[in-house]
Amino acid sequence: MINTVYRLCAPRRFEIAFSEIGMNSGVIVRPTHLSICNADQRYYQGTRDPKVLREKLPMALIHEAIGQVVYDATESFTPGDRVVMVPNIPTERDDTIAENYLRSSKFCGSSADGFMQEYYSITPERLVKLPYGIDLDVAAFTELVSVSVHAISRFKKIAHERRDIIGVWGDGNLAFITSLLLRYMQPKSKIYIFGINREKLSDFSFADGTFLTTEIPTEMQIDHAFECVGGNGSPIAIEQIIGLIRPEGTISILGVSEYPVAINTRMILEKGLRLFGTSRSGRDDFRTTVSLYCKHPEIPLYLSRLVGNTVEIDQFSDIKKAFETDIKKAYGKTILHWNL
Amino acid sequence: MIFAVILAGGTGSRMGSTDMPKQFLEIKGKPILNHTLEKFLPNPAFEKIIVLSPRAWLGHTKEIIRKYTGMSDRIAVIEGGKTRNETIMNAIAYIDEHYTLDDDTVIVTHDSVRPFVTHRIIEENIKTALSCGACDTVIPATDTIVEGKNDKITAIPDRRLMYQGQTPQSFKAKLLRDTYMSLSDEEKEILTDAAKILVMKGMDVKLVQGETFNIKITYPYDLRIARSLLEDEDAR
Repeated sequence: MINTVYRLCAPRRFEIAFSEIGMNSGVIVRPTHLSICNADQRYYQGTRDPKVLREKLPMALIHEAIGQVVYDATESFTPGDRVVMVPNIPTERDDTIAENYLRSSKFCGSSADGFMQEYYSITPERLVKLPYGIDLDVAAFTELVSVSVHAISRFKKIAHERRDIIGVWGDGNLAFITSLLLRYMQPKSKIYIFGINREKLSDFSFADGTFLTTEIPTEMQIDHAFECVGGNGSPIAIEQIIGLIRPEGTISILGVSEYPVAINTRMILEKGLRLFGTSRSGRDDFRTTVSLYCKHPEIPLYLSRLVGNTVEIDQFSDIKKAFETDIKKAYGKTILHWNL
Repeated sequence: MIFAVILAGGTGSRMGSTDMPKQFLEIKGKPILNHTLEKFLPNPAFEKIIVLSPRAWLGHTKEIIRKYTGMSDRIAVIEGGKTRNETIMNAIAYIDEHYTLDDDTVIVTHDSVRPFVTHRIIEENIKTALSCGACDTVIPATDTIVEGKNDKITAIPDRRLMYQGQTPQSFKAKLLRDTYMSLSDEEKEILTDAAKILVMKGMDVKLVQGETFNIKITYPYDLRIARSLLEDEDAR
């Protein structure tokens, strides 16, 4: 089948291309709800390294998306099933290294075309069925939720068992999602949020405490921390965490920064801290995420607060409008209702 | 019920020296007809996809569908008529014979040589035909349209009101058939497409936005464009 692909060919410029999809292998999914990530915006606005842009473009953006199965040669799904697509594409099997860390893996919207396509051909293992009745605008950013699930799952394997207080740095989407999931995946821990925007912090109603980073009580101590700041705020956040964390605590780094970040290794040594990075997620994290949605229906309800703009994509020019709308947003996610 | 009607009745007289009708020519190793059919196959709205082929090419049509796409019980291959509209009437007769043809039966008719049709165009055709009875897929005219007779311009219509017709054209099947049957032979003579059947009788046909790339592969030049659009991918 001839498939229409909508690729970014240069910053702020999309083009239409065509690819051939085989009808007799895999599952054909019709993308229905797409969600813009900061990584997509970095390509769209051209803020990535020019060399990276030259290597990767033209490329279809978007790695957060859900769709509907329209054709399945493998008979694993029924046409009409709502599914979330796993954007990570492993090309080898490794029993030790997770699929999202294998250097050989491809990733939609980074090293392979993303989901901004008329149809998407995928293997059944890369699809997770969504529960009936789920809020589709929320389900659209399941990939982002699965990144937090992945980080918390790794944290549970790495961190010591004293987890009375867990601090989350950041007051954006990732911090909101990570702290919400900590609420359910670490129910006995107190979850404290450290941010810079009082209004945004007031949204974290499920947390045990929220603090402006400029007004942290002097006696504050935490057992472990999640850094969800990224960008220019990374160094300050990590410095603050290292200062407040108790000895042998674990710091999970989730925030992406374009620049190298200097960290206080002396205090890491003195306190015997563990720092670990997480990036992206794999199929198992998606499955865990969807089962959490089913087990705790209030999770998607809380997440619906993050749905900022919804944009109907009825024609080619609407794609650009959606990205420009997303740039202007103060908070939350921009969801594309993909009608092309 | 909704039916796709793929019009593969052409005999390729405009394709130059080739003897094979244009819908059977290959792009990227697959006949154009198969590419087109495969745009309709994944859409669950269609009860059946009816492919209409010239009598002499019926066997060939079935064979290429089996070979390149896979024959399924959602596909029927039947004989086309002498004209485009007679071909559509054959499809409606097939529906009448095998299903219940009622006021809400919709046909989405499409040129077999327009393989770049999109999901969005097909969906809007279905929705518009169901709600309004008939629709035609168009794009705004970019060239000035000139009307002429005996080597002279007789009119230059306002381009802002001009559109280029594409397909699909979609209709409530019973409405289309009954209106067609009510036309005189003279009226039938001047029909160039199915939408005109209703327009001639003063009925509304809504416009659905097409795409510039939803090209009709008519001339060797079009075939070259279509091939380069798809085969560009191989260079990636």
